Amino acid sequence: MINLTDIIETINMISEENLDIRTVTMGISLLDCADSDAEKACEKIYNKITRLAGNLVKVGEDIEREYGIPIINKRISVTPIAMLVASSGGDPVMYAKALQRAADATGVNFIGGYSALVHKGFSAGDEALIRSIPEALSVTSNICSSVNIGSTKSGINMDAVKLMGQIVRETAEITADRDCIGCAKLVVFCNAVEDNPFMAGAFHGVGEPDCVIHVGVSGPGVVQAALKKCPDGDLGQLAEIIKRTAFKITRMGQLVGTEASRRLGVPFGIVDLSLAPTPAVGDSVAHILEEMGLETCGTHGTTAALAMLNDAVKKGGVMASSSVGGLSGAFIPVSEDAGMIAAAKSGDLELSKLEAMTAVCSVGLDMIAIPGETPAEVISAIIADEAAIGMVNTKTTAVRVIPAIGKSVGEDLEFGGLLGSGPIMKVNLNKSPKKFIDRAGRIPAPLQSLKN
Amino acid sequence: MRTVVSVMGKDAVGIISKVSAICNECNVNIKDITQSVLDDIFVMVMLTDISESNCDFATFSDKMKALGKETCLDIRVMHEDIFNSMHRI
Repeated sequence: MINLTDIIETINMISEENLDIRTVTMGISLLDCADSDAEKACEKIYNKITRLAGNLVKVGEDIEREYGIPIINKRISVTPIAMLVASSGGDPVMYAKALQRAADATGVNFIGGYSALVHKGFSAGDEALIRSIPEALSVTSNICSSVNIGSTKSGINMDAVKLMGQIVRETAEITADRDCIGCAKLVVFCNAVEDNPFMAGAFHGVGEPDCVIHVGVSGPGVVQAALKKCPDGDLGQLAEIIKRTAFKITRMGQLVGTEASRRLGVPFGIVDLSLAPTPAVGDSVAHILEEMGLETCGTHGTTAALAMLNDAVKKGGVMASSSVGGLSGAFIPVSEDAGMIAAAKSGDLELSKLEAMTAVCSVGLDMIAIPGETPAEVISAIIADEAAIGMVNTKTTAVRVIPAIGKSVGEDLEFGGLLGSGPIMKVNLNKSPKKFIDRAGRIPAPLQSLKN
Repeated sequence: MRTVVSVMGKDAVGIISKVSAICNECNVNIKDITQSVLDDIFVMVMLTDISESNCDFATFSDKMKALGKETCLDIRVMHEDIFNSMHRI
């Protein structure tokens, strides 16, 4: 029989330390929904999603009940809609509305994939889709959007960077009456991955199968609790503890993923072994860093601690799953992490430090509220900086900032739920990057791209 | 299908009897029991086979949960595989 201590450890992880499966995400290709008539294409999209994912929420809930593991979100990612707009034409917002209807019918939390991949340039449909993002995110509530503006292989499309600064601002303005929520559903990527199950950046890449199940695990609280039991160990010992814990968490994700894939009759894709925080107490990545010995997240040493955490999570998880993918590492979304919120409020965590942290964490500047007066070119410059880190380091980076229209530093934005609440962080508005951004064009791919 | 019934809470008379009674009522076979009292906290783990059960998993689990609520104990019914996958390679 299974060891009593092991059973108690698992139950404690779930009941005391917020261990959960953050998301079971079904990736669906919409390439076969193209039609010469845009309305027919939308109908095909709705039909395909509801046919394949009609049972997704029920299966998720059944597994949750039988295995005793909370599965927080059931989601869908689809082929970047810009490709459908390119082939079927019509107003892109119409596609967003079709996705929203499909989300309502299937009962999923989010559908991701209102996206365009423009890292080397705009093709048909891309620019129209990007320009429609503010309206699409304003008239829908469960649709997420992402735009990939750079990659190590192709460099950074600065035309797209310039445009995205404006789009982020417009999205904030158009949803200003709802705490600028539109921007919480919009991510700008460099080196976007095709099998990411996490929102807001999930989309179903063109290299993926027709339909696939991905799982995103979580568990910052479990890692923190494990580290707490080793108050005097050296950093090598802490790395070992993190690896062991990540292994257990990922095994659980693998089990849930294979079971969901079996019950839905859909191939299993990947486990994304990210430490994804929530605003709940005891579910914070910042608190792990503090448990490692930092007085507060954001102080000197934070980048080093995060680098070790991110690496140990990957090492522990990689052996536990048949296929690890997605973003895999530690997320640092400010408004979704109780420790980050506290550090940002006290002034110990600044935007410049967060930028440094993104060089070693799994994604980028995430869920950061910035002053409402921040001009589009500054947002573009923030995106360009972040993309440069991703491009040169051959990693995914992203920007999800929320210009808090009508508010300034010292105030808060309240999103509620998993999105949490964010203190508005200081941005350098004294000097302008406008001329640099207005030059547009393309930053050529770095030497790292020439690997063949 | 084999499930693990775990019971945790303040020690009292008749806990095993009440949990076993539900197993009997549902025709769930008890394969193994381990129990211990740590610092006045009662901990019991029961490995059960529900393949011959006269009710579905959800009903069995709900009955155990109801008993837990009634007796102020934390009673959970979970698929055995979750523990196997996390703690065995």
